[in-house]
Amino acid sequence: MFTGFMVNAWEVATIVAVVAGVVGFFTVLRGSAFAAHAIPNGSFAGAAGASLVGLSTLFGLGVFAFLSALGIGLLGRRGRHDAVTALMLATMLALGSLFVSFSSEYAPELYSLLFGEVLGISTNAVLPTLVLGALCLLAVAVLYRPLMLSSALPEVGEARGVSAFAMELCFLGVLALATAMTVPVVGTLLIFSLMIGAPAAARSFTDRPWVAMALSVAIALLVVWFAIAASYETEWPVGFFVGTAGAAVFVVGRIWAYARQRGGFGRGRARLAVEAGVEGL
Amino acid sequence: MSVAAGFLEPLFAEGFFENEAVHVALAVGTAVAIVAAVVGVFTVMRGQSFAGESLGDIGTTGGSAASLVGVGPLAGFVVVDVLAAAAMELIGVQRVRGRDLATGIVLGAAIGLSALFLYLDTTHGSGNGSTVTILFGSIFAISSSTIPAVVALALVSVALIAALYRPLLLSTVSPEIAAARGIPVRLVGAVYLLTLALATALAAITIGTILSTALLIGPAAAALRLTTRPLRAMLAATGFGIAAVWIGIVLAYDSYYWPPHEHGWPVSFFVVALVFVTYLLSGLPGLRDRRRLRVLDRAEPVAVEP
Repeated sequence: MFTGFMVNAWEVATIVAVVAGVVGFFTVLRGSAFAAHAIPNGSFAGAAGASLVGLSTLFGLGVFAFLSALGIGLLGRRGRHDAVTALMLATMLALGSLFVSFSSEYAPELYSLLFGEVLGISTNAVLPTLVLGALCLLAVAVLYRPLMLSSALPEVGEARGVSAFAMELCFLGVLALATAMTVPVVGTLLIFSLMIGAPAAARSFTDRPWVAMALSVAIALLVVWFAIAASYETEWPVGFFVGTAGAAVFVVGRIWAYARQRGGFGRGRARLAVEAGVEGL
Repeated sequence: MSVAAGFLEPLFAEGFFENEAVHVALAVGTAVAIVAAVVGVFTVMRGQSFAGESLGDIGTTGGSAASLVGVGPLAGFVVVDVLAAAAMELIGVQRVRGRDLATGIVLGAAIGLSALFLYLDTTHGSGNGSTVTILFGSIFAISSSTIPAVVALALVSVALIAALYRPLLLSTVSPEIAAARGIPVRLVGAVYLLTLALATALAAITIGTILSTALLIGPAAAALRLTTRPLRAMLAATGFGIAAVWIGIVLAYDSYYWPPHEHGWPVSFFVVALVFVTYLLSGLPGLRDRRRLRVLDRAEPVAVEP
């Protein structure tokens, strides 16, 4: 299980889980679950198109992820945000289905693109994933304070000169970056489980942002490692284990939170505000 | 040959009007477009596009499970979507804040399951093409025996919306006023979610599970950019939806003679692309009444119809 091509799987999946845990924390905080679902799906068209014209899949994924992010950010500014996201997503997927239908040999790859194929990762995929992952974490580190402020308390952010729209675009950009690197591993449909399940569960265990983020990474790592091991043993698709384990962790978190009967949202927001450098709220 | 026929001939490839599959596609497409438009207007007004999108994706689980046990995909879509709607309601879609999260968790679990079912389909089952058909739809492949079920489900959906119309509208625009008037807001919301599940299942059989959201959200969102009146929006959305499906079917039929392979472009692509263009066009200045739309463009509309 720890030799040959499996080494690549473990390495790449670990990078992916760390990035998904960190980016996912902000996704849950901002309530951007829908965008986190839509951007990976949108990038699917890019992968299908790139493979059609013989370009690198990663390149296609990246370009289309950023296009989806831009489309959602810009169109959503004027119209209804969620309706625009849904429409953008379906249009990108439809484009993907068109590209797939043009290409005769692409059909088997379709499944792995949608549901992930972590066991088939080649050695030369490790380095790009590492670079993109580092870029992603760097972007989050640079944006940390304004992003935290704008996510937790958008009104206060605006008052202090942090444009909510600019932050939304930045965040969607980070999401696109995370998408481009994670999709080849867990697939367009399942990166979402990792980005939502783990951080949402982490937030039921703690109110403190740093702890929640660390916990979110830890849970994402556990989920991915478990999924790879289980997939290796059973030969069932890795996506199945990621999806169900992600949801299961969330349920456990909710039961824990329910059992502790915590006060709820107020304290969490105050903690986030302190973290973002706002005092006296 | 009359002038009209000569004009129309280049538009419709040979045999379009005699083709059995085209008849079925037109019938199913029309019924589904109507339901999607009527339900979709409420989906957009209530800000539940993500739920609609997720129920569509979740239909994949039903479709793949159905193909595993050897029943038609529509049955799988309906059963799983209704179950998923119930699960979302239980976890808490009624609270706006936790709603996306609840939807997302159910979605994630369901997609995980469909990954497994599709895998089992390809390894143990017969259908190699079932992945593509379930996900992206194939309206020309619908058998005519499905029509009665589609029409029945469509009638049930529209009847539910019609029966609920006033309380649903009031609890959509102002849950507080609705509650004050004694409307069981949560129950109305739950029944609406059930209707959404039915509409999504119907849309999924037409253009595929992961594209179904386009037919549900697109025409309704475009219509709501043009008018704020729900009934007018439903009429306009129905028009847009039917137009997109019909033109999509014609183009797909014609595309059998197009490059690169001459085996036809997917119908679902045309339908979704047309819906997207409709949405973009609906935002053109001059088409809409800005003053009234402002109210609806915000998160929660404040105006209540008398």
